[in-house]
Amino acid sequence: MRAHWRRTRLKDPTVQPFSGLSLLLAGLRGQRSWVPQWRSPEPQGAYDALIVGGGGHGLGAAYYLAAEHGLRKIAVLEKGWIGGGNTGRNTTIIRSNYLFEESAALYDHAVQLWGKLSQVLNYNVMFSPRGVMMLAHTVHDEQVLKRHICANRAAGVDNAWLTPEQARAFCPPLNIGDIRYPVRGAALQRRGGTARHDAVAWGYARAADALGVDIIENCEVTGILRDPNGRVSGVTSSRGEIRAPRIGVAAAGHTSVIMKLAGVALPLESYPLQALVSEPVKPVFPCVVMSNTIHAYISQSDKGELVIGAGTDAYTSYTQRGGLHITSHALEAICELFPMFRRLKMLRSWGGIVDVTPDRSPIIGKTPVPGLYVNCGWGTGGFKATPGSAHVFAWTIARDEPHPINAPFTLERFRDGDLIDEAAAAAVAH
Amino acid sequence: MLLIHCPYCGERPEPEFTYGGQAHLERPAQPAELGAEAWAQFLYLRDNTRGVHAERWRHAHGCGRFFNALRDTTTDFFLATYRVGEPRPAVPPP
Repeated sequence: MRAHWRRTRLKDPTVQPFSGLSLLLAGLRGQRSWVPQWRSPEPQGAYDALIVGGGGHGLGAAYYLAAEHGLRKIAVLEKGWIGGGNTGRNTTIIRSNYLFEESAALYDHAVQLWGKLSQVLNYNVMFSPRGVMMLAHTVHDEQVLKRHICANRAAGVDNAWLTPEQARAFCPPLNIGDIRYPVRGAALQRRGGTARHDAVAWGYARAADALGVDIIENCEVTGILRDPNGRVSGVTSSRGEIRAPRIGVAAAGHTSVIMKLAGVALPLESYPLQALVSEPVKPVFPCVVMSNTIHAYISQSDKGELVIGAGTDAYTSYTQRGGLHITSHALEAICELFPMFRRLKMLRSWGGIVDVTPDRSPIIGKTPVPGLYVNCGWGTGGFKATPGSAHVFAWTIARDEPHPINAPFTLERFRDGDLIDEAAAAAVAH
Repeated sequence: MLLIHCPYCGERPEPEFTYGGQAHLERPAQPAELGAEAWAQFLYLRDNTRGVHAERWRHAHGCGRFFNALRDTTTDFFLATYRVGEPRPAVPPP
């Protein structure tokens, strides 16, 4: 993939490589030499493949289609602006300690790609494997997390049990005793961590654009065209008709709406999921802490803001906002676990629309319509999977068959009863 | 937080209620005769409507009863709530 980059860079003088040297030289020129990092093209009439949805999963899929499968005429159609949906609305937590082998393989594929992503894309996605610690507050939590640890180790995914004292040593602000649900221990995945969400969208967009992918923003898909044999032949959109024999849909919470245009019903329900950030403070929080039982997720961004995740609302919605009682519930848990944050002010809160499947595992694969592929159902945990999901989705679109890693994540598993039931495994949204 | 009009108790705050998913799903009359596709349809496939959605709610911390509601999922405004067994009311589009 790096070879692709070098070749393209040499060919295309408009692509600026990023390095310490380029930063220094631009600094000497007063930072006035930077140019837009991707084009803003008009849609052409026809492409080899279309990706609907310009988030991390869609842009990544376009990049891997171009970089690894040799497709050149690709367009990404985005209703709003790239990275403006759930890619820009999550808490950036990355981990792969899922219970079932199918899930662990999928998410660990992503974690392995995260490790090299900045170099591959020549764009700093600020992946920081600072450790993700999941807290146990009850006997049941302890048993569930220990079961996860054993399953993860058997599947080759790192995960370790910490005593309450070890948990506090790993994360000094943590209050393990004097609370309603004292910390009984924690599961720690050291390879887990965070990344910069916007940079993931921008990095994939820039790299895909350099390989000739057209990124078309403000382009809402209004219909899916079919040829007489039933195969997809293109889309109608707010920017005209665009033809292509292959269409990959990665539209997160709006996947049901898009797929209805092709007459495909999916086992999805879309819920608002909220997150919020505090005012920025000096580095005080060394890792990611999650508590599924009292429902709070927290880490500190490199800017200094505490990034806090809350739960989903009870009801389906497309409003990209949620109830205040949901966020205040998460903040109550944060204030109990980390008393030092009780007087911090919250700066911003927002909601994203997450598409949840009955078994809380994604659907990545073919659909009943030939040429139409779907990547959806990531629910509340899609960001962590971005590179892995994009990589296997591109494979599926290019070869018209799933990669071995996403082969179990079919739409047909709901008909055949082959559920990958992470819902029962974790008993919470995740 | 939503204010929800329970058809039995009147308007109450959202935390008194639990959400029950898409309304008017009928359990198959002859389950033994149903094929896998039809079971998947009944158990898993949902409209996930963007717009006016008919859905069940339960006034868990009140009368405890289920009822149905029409809500616009693009604004979260309730257009109507009605008792179980009553047909979906006709409401003007929002």
